[in-house]
Amino acid sequence: MINSLDPRIAREQINEDNTIAPLTEMDNWETYEVFHQKKRGEQHEHVGIVHAPNNEMALLFAKEQYGRRGISVNIWVVKTSNVFASDYDDADIFETVPDKQYREAGGYKVMEMINKYKKENKVK
Amino acid sequence: MYGNAYIDPNEKPLSILDGEDPIKLAEFEARIDRGEKIEPKDWMPKEYRKQLIRMIEQHAHSEIIGALPEGTWITRAPGFKRKLALMAKVQDEVGHAQLLYSAAETLGKSREAMINDLITGKSKYSNVFNYPALTWADSCVIAWLIDAGAIINQVANAKGSYGPYGRALDRICTEESFHLKYGHHNVVTLATGTPFQRQMVQEALTRWWPPIMHFFGPSDKISNHTTILMKWKVKMATNDDMRQQFLNMYVPKIWDLGLVLPDANLKKNEETKLWEYTEPDWDEFKRVINGGGPCNAERLAVRRMAEEKGRWVRKALLQKDSSYVTPLA
Repeated sequence: MINSLDPRIAREQINEDNTIAPLTEMDNWETYEVFHQKKRGEQHEHVGIVHAPNNEMALLFAKEQYGRRGISVNIWVVKTSNVFASDYDDADIFETVPDKQYREAGGYKVMEMINKYKKENKVK
Repeated sequence: MYGNAYIDPNEKPLSILDGEDPIKLAEFEARIDRGEKIEPKDWMPKEYRKQLIRMIEQHAHSEIIGALPEGTWITRAPGFKRKLALMAKVQDEVGHAQLLYSAAETLGKSREAMINDLITGKSKYSNVFNYPALTWADSCVIAWLIDAGAIINQVANAKGSYGPYGRALDRICTEESFHLKYGHHNVVTLATGTPFQRQMVQEALTRWWPPIMHFFGPSDKISNHTTILMKWKVKMATNDDMRQQFLNMYVPKIWDLGLVLPDANLKKNEETKLWEYTEPDWDEFKRVINGGGPCNAERLAVRRMAEEKGRWVRKALLQKDSSYVTPLA
């Protein structure tokens, strides 16, 4: 019998060799991805996961795990199995994006043309 | 809070790279050299996965077991404010365990499998929690100095190469800063209090000093294993470097309070800038980590009881149509 310093444990009268059956698959349920919004007007941000048996409990655990510090206004939970993600091995699908300067404001430079025009035409 | 992952010194490191695809290994190492992070579904060497699982899992177990010696003092904390603070700290530690189990899960080991390995004694956890928190002052010394040691370790590891572990540690370190301040406040309160309070904190410090010196683990500078784990940014500092950093930051703060550390050889060598100390008793460390400490049996028995008592609730809530997939990040 464990003679613990902790009165709560001593009261339980636990044996040292209290072997238990191993936890089986799904004992800890499935996982939910958690998205946290700090402030109204900001995006929800992925912050981690929780294990939960259903949506409501997932929200409860997410609040305890990711909303117990600082400010929070809203949390979303989504079953991990419902997230369809791209593969890191396919990261080449994004490879040419930075080259596409025609999609960027910085891809449109006019000052050089204007200055040249002004100089040639003596615009004051 | 955390003790450094315990690597069995008898384990043969020779097979680390056996059977790895050299091209994939080179790409993997180049990614790490560029400072990029490894994400769960990336290719990784078997040894990288194995060591990370072991390290993160041990870290998670340490959090959940560490909640026990501190939790002991919740009902008897002196005053309402300290009771609230200690409850918040213990809740944080359990929350940290969950964050860490989640990070380890992304590597393919289920939380159930990790808990099974904990409660059968197969997995280790930080050795310091095999000692009892005999008085309130012990819980204060733990909160200050064990958490301080943990922060040094975690801040270093947060810059490691595995994305999910780094993200979990960033979150954990932020919360641990409250633990450190809370622990320091409690120790200072006792050390500047009545003679009886001073005596209580001095005795707790004397008891906890050997486990604190053990905390970062045995010297590991010489091993091949450490070299490769550091190259892969699994381990970010040697055990000795972290111990030195800890001594440098905290011994002066302890001495400021006029408290005495039970090591007559402890001093900073002003030439080498390194701390000198009596070599910790590593036989005692091995004896305790392998089950011979004063609280090993209690910690695991309590954890088994908790798992067993909660089992019917978890089972009742389980929905038939749900199924497990590995978390994404």
